[in-house]
Amino acid sequence: MTDTTTNESGPVLQIRDLSRRFGGVAAVSGIDLDVAPRETVAIIGPNGAGKTTLYNMVSGRLKPTTGTLTFEGRDITGLAPHRISRLGVSRSFQINNIFTEMTVRENVEVALTALHGWGKRWFNVATRAKPLQDEADTLLERLSLGELAQKRAGTISYGDKRLLEIAVVLATRPRLVLLDEPTAGMTPQETKRVTALIKSLAESGDYTFLITEHDMDVVFGVADRILVMHRGEALVVGTPAEVRDHPEVRRAYLGEEDEEDAEDKETAS
Amino acid sequence: MKNAIVLIVLAAVLAGLVALPWVAPYFYIFLGTEVLILGLFAASFNLVFGYSGMLSFGHAAFYGIGAYATALILLHLEWPFLACLVVAMGAGALLALVIGFLSVRLDEVYFAMLTLAFGMMVFAVAHQWRSVTNGSDGIAGFMLGDFAPGVDWSLGDPAVYYHVVLGVVVVAAAVLYLICRSSFGLILRAIRQNPERVSFCGLDVRRYRLAAFTVAGAFAGLSGALMAPFLRVASPEMLHWSMSAEPVLMSILGGTGYFLGPFFGAAIFVLLESWITGFTDAWMLVLGVMLALMVMFFRRGVLGTLLDWVQGNHD
Amino acid sequence: MTAFFTALLNSLDIGLLLFVIAVGLNIVFGVLNVINFAHGALYMIGAYLGFSLIAMLGWPFWAALIVAPLGVAALAVVLDRLVLRFIYGREITDSLLLTFALLLVLNESVRMIWGSGIHVVEPPALLAGTLDLPGGVRYPVYNLFVIGVGLAMLAGLWALFNRSRVGRIMRAASLDADMAKALGINTRLVVTGAFAFGAWLAAVGGVVAAPMRAIDPGMGDKIIIESFIVVVIGGLGSFPGALIGALVLGAIHAFGGRYFPEVNMVLPFIGMALVLLVKPNGLMGKGAA
Repeated sequence: MTDTTTNESGPVLQIRDLSRRFGGVAAVSGIDLDVAPRETVAIIGPNGAGKTTLYNMVSGRLKPTTGTLTFEGRDITGLAPHRISRLGVSRSFQINNIFTEMTVRENVEVALTALHGWGKRWFNVATRAKPLQDEADTLLERLSLGELAQKRAGTISYGDKRLLEIAVVLATRPRLVLLDEPTAGMTPQETKRVTALIKSLAESGDYTFLITEHDMDVVFGVADRILVMHRGEALVVGTPAEVRDHPEVRRAYLGEEDEEDAEDKETAS
Repeated sequence: MKNAIVLIVLAAVLAGLVALPWVAPYFYIFLGTEVLILGLFAASFNLVFGYSGMLSFGHAAFYGIGAYATALILLHLEWPFLACLVVAMGAGALLALVIGFLSVRLDEVYFAMLTLAFGMMVFAVAHQWRSVTNGSDGIAGFMLGDFAPGVDWSLGDPAVYYHVVLGVVVVAAAVLYLICRSSFGLILRAIRQNPERVSFCGLDVRRYRLAAFTVAGAFAGLSGALMAPFLRVASPEMLHWSMSAEPVLMSILGGTGYFLGPFFGAAIFVLLESWITGFTDAWMLVLGVMLALMVMFFRRGVLGTLLDWVQGNHD
Repeated sequence: MTAFFTALLNSLDIGLLLFVIAVGLNIVFGVLNVINFAHGALYMIGAYLGFSLIAMLGWPFWAALIVAPLGVAALAVVLDRLVLRFIYGREITDSLLLTFALLLVLNESVRMIWGSGIHVVEPPALLAGTLDLPGGVRYPVYNLFVIGVGLAMLAGLWALFNRSRVGRIMRAASLDADMAKALGINTRLVVTGAFAFGAWLAAVGGVVAAPMRAIDPGMGDKIIIESFIVVVIGGLGSFPGALIGALVLGAIHAFGGRYFPEVNMVLPFIGMALVLLVKPNGLMGKGAA
């Protein structure tokens, strides 16, 4: 189970030759990636490049067809989502995925309950453990959602919902955080707020981040390294500067439309 | 302010219930007893349905096994009633643990199918294992003795039995309420809204569902234990799927989103039943039509619709 | 040996009849994504309609076999238009609740129309009596006819799903309703059609079963539980699964009844529980985890 070759300073997440097929279609094929502690790695690529499939495998929603996933030296390939989460990997979703009928605070409490358990507090069920609520409030303050604690989660603004989702993710005290397009659909102000938040969290040194994002300003603003995916494969892995100047990226990612047109013409003629 | 109003209303209702045998005609003692027992039965169902989001069509299995356990103990062992209640809860919980273990593995469609199927298995066993269950006649002829060792309250008196039922149901409802308000209840509500998100928070959804189902089984068993001496029989009808339909309708009638909804629904249900069966015996038909109409048009239940209306008027 | 051979034939007639009914449940599930709890009631109404036509109106069995299922299919269309359309697109739980309510209504309606007593339908003269098979087995002709009907339905359904346009449309709709709509398929019509077709299958089963079994208001309950066991064993939504599940259950009944009469009644449930433990999605189920 435990890989003895990795130690404290080894990669937090090790992805080896990871592939997933749906029927005959390869959504992800042969991805290799090492994520170092406290690093922020952004995964970019056009829609359908396989980013979300990759996330789904790392977080346990999908089982890989082949390949291995190692988190802090432990093989997590194909484990159930709740097991992977317990080990210290937490993710957000592209579409808001919160408990809309609960208050904002209760949303965070659910995750905190998962972290602390409630077995020892059976006798205190009625008041639902004050420390938990305090902890939830502290976290909400940190994300400037403190004023919304009593509001029903379904009624707050879209941007606040995205932030709440991040709060729920953080509440399980993960060491590896997977954010799936955290700024999707946000106004420019909200995007700035989230970018600043991710930056400050990354600088706190408590987290390792994996982020997918369409907004290139956000990507180049927060990422230490970038993985460019194209049609399920890793095109390039490198620092933002390397990626920016990489000819293949420029062609495949930024000029994708042209290339596909060219291909179409080729097959037509 | 709002809490104070709720508390005052609750206290008034409770006082009325306590006073009922002295102020209302004899007939209403029986109705009251039935409402209380079925209300507890429905509330236990709603822990699974309203709180955890799992629709069970086999809840009568746990209610019935509680009734059979009580009838068998009173007939053969003549234990005090309190012991019967405890055993019935245990029997309901154990059966729910087994059926639940097999039924929570897949999605809600499977859950509904499997609970109905296993519920009918229990019915078939009770129907045909004559040496123990006395077949379709059920178990009758048992006598209520002491409530607890050395505590003789003459439980045979309907008014006394009503008060015992009231006491047991109030305590059980309070415990159920605490469970719903606890961290456990919080997770159940979260699972109903979004099971996937809960599992990504690190919780084993299946285990929580099984726990909720088992607790519900215990309280359904308790309600069955209260019902058997009231009906003076434990019969296979108490295990049939049409009995499982009753808490479904009661919860939906009252409002699945409220803790007291099922009790409210049980009251409407029992009153309607006693009124309608006065001029037709097609009660099941009425039950089905009501269920269909509620699902189609009043999904929030009578209590929910009423409270919405009251709150709407205040705004 | 004779007993064994008889039990084998018995598993076939029970199993193939169950297959016809369970496949109807599967078709409705495939297109509507809902388990029709009233499926057993529709089977029962098929049997009662057949009884009325044969025993009360004096129709020949064959005419009843054609007309009664069409009547039930028409009833299904009415139910779909009148009731079920309210909950398309709502939570699955609501749909389950509504078909469950239909079960209550239909069951009680049968009791009101035909009473609580037991009715009997005689098999047609052509199929009465028994037949001596090689090996010294004496078997009722009617039960052999049931096996024949089952095999014919199996072949017909297979051809329908794999060889016809209607079958392809139904399969497309069950895979992805939006996609089907995009392809210009009238999904409304497909849904109503699938519901009616499922009801038709249940009712065919009911009429065919009538001369073999007693007709009583509890027969629908029995068959819906059996059908659930079939689809759980075989895998919900799977056509080969329905066949295998039905044959397995048929064998459990036939051999269990002969060799373990004491526990015969719980054997199907034990079989189902074992499948759930080992292969939760059924023997032919998709996505075996």
